Amino acid sequence: MIVRLRPIALIAVLLLLWQFAVTRNPTHILPTPWAVATGIGELLQHGLLLKYVVASLFRVTWGFALAVLLAVPLGLIIGWNRRANMALNPLLQILRPISPLAWIPLAILWFGVGDLAAIFLIFLGCFFPLLLTAINAVRGIPAVYINAGRNFGLSSTALVSRVLFPAVIPQLIIGMRITLGVGWLVVVAAEMIAVSSGLGFLIVDARNAGNRYDLVVGAMVIIGLIGLLLDMGMRSLEHLKSLRWSYSED
Amino acid sequence: MRTAKLQAGHVHMVFTRDGKSMPVLDDISLEVAEGEFVCLLGPSGCGKSTLLSTMAGFLSPTSGEIKIDGEVVHGPDPRRIFVFQERGVFPWLTVEGNIAFGLFHLTAPERRQRVDHYIKMVGLEGFEKAYPPALSGGMKQRLEVARALAVNPDMLFLDEPFGALDSITRLVMRGELLRIWQAERKTIIFVTHDIDEAVQLADRVVVMSARPATIQQIVNIDIPHPRDISSARYLELRDGIFQQIGLAHKI
Repeated sequence: MIVRLRPIALIAVLLLLWQFAVTRNPTHILPTPWAVATGIGELLQHGLLLKYVVASLFRVTWGFALAVLLAVPLGLIIGWNRRANMALNPLLQILRPISPLAWIPLAILWFGVGDLAAIFLIFLGCFFPLLLTAINAVRGIPAVYINAGRNFGLSSTALVSRVLFPAVIPQLIIGMRITLGVGWLVVVAAEMIAVSSGLGFLIVDARNAGNRYDLVVGAMVIIGLIGLLLDMGMRSLEHLKSLRWSYSED
Repeated sequence: MRTAKLQAGHVHMVFTRDGKSMPVLDDISLEVAEGEFVCLLGPSGCGKSTLLSTMAGFLSPTSGEIKIDGEVVHGPDPRRIFVFQERGVFPWLTVEGNIAFGLFHLTAPERRQRVDHYIKMVGLEGFEKAYPPALSGGMKQRLEVARALAVNPDMLFLDEPFGALDSITRLVMRGELLRIWQAERKTIIFVTHDIDEAVQLADRVVVMSARPATIQQIVNIDIPHPRDISSARYLELRDGIFQQIGLAHKI
């Protein structure tokens, strides 16, 4: 119990130090934690916080879901098919290191300022890592599983659904967990430029509309907390009984 | 003479790696009778597993052919199941799920009955809902054998199935396999590098040379089961194979 409380105690101590340091030396470069807390309270009162959180989550959900729906089946096919893999791999390796943020001008050109552009950027940020995860997961399936599946006379579709898919699920879930984190990083940046709602917009707006750095930091804190919750949600999937095998054995 | 279940005719296999060709199997011809228990015995890496994979249809020979029941083998078939040590059990399925894996063409009650029967046969009662990581090596091995037997194949290919087990479990498993073989009369081809194991189990031991593998000798083990492993005949056959392989049996 004490061990579990330690990180919380550490955060509390740091907050106190922060509060103390800023009140001792009045400055404009950083708001106090108390000012941040009141700022968050203010946003809650105006109903803005909930609205912006929902807007950001909405975009991430769509971008992430579309990426999963497209990248996973495509990755399984490419990973399974040696020729497709050899043909597409160089292209993927070139596209992958391009930050999704580099696509912002094109996203706005194609989809205009609005949800679609933001969703597209999140989709891009999630799509490539997930695709590569799926490809590598299929290529890493031990040959014995595939041979055993073939030996029992499975059709190709049954081989996919009863051997390939279950064999890659644990790696896909880890990939999805990492990718959702990426999506949550991208949404903030996308909202700073492409839309006029959401937590990313809140940060830019709070600064532009009156240098409200208490709200800027407040939005950062909320982003961090929601990111943590998303990660915990994905991590709980890793504890499903039928998936535990991949973590308990080499 | 019993009817030939499997016939290998002048099987050659050449692997190409980094532009170099490596002969692995050199002119292997062999007949295995219906219901026979044959051990392929040879040093590690000699190509005996390659021969077994070829018989099972996972690999195609470079030249020559494998016939089973008079038909040329073109791929794996549920009538002949390959047992891959214990590594072949599916870790995402429970014990029941693994045994039922090949029974998709049966109705649910038939499947239930078949699964229960084989769980009992290999002594995994009480572990029906367990996942393989919770099982010991010997239990996983029995599970894989049960999964193979459940589809009622007429042949089993076993690739050093007990190699990863401790010596006590290995002895128990040999007894189990013989019991199952005598009860179900499957044709069994069993790869091993363990001379004692081969002489304890097989009707005939096919002694293979180092790579590229050729058949050096085929030894008939004319001792009825259960075999007394301290009998003069057993020791004579075993020592004969030791000499054939070129090992003195003094350390």
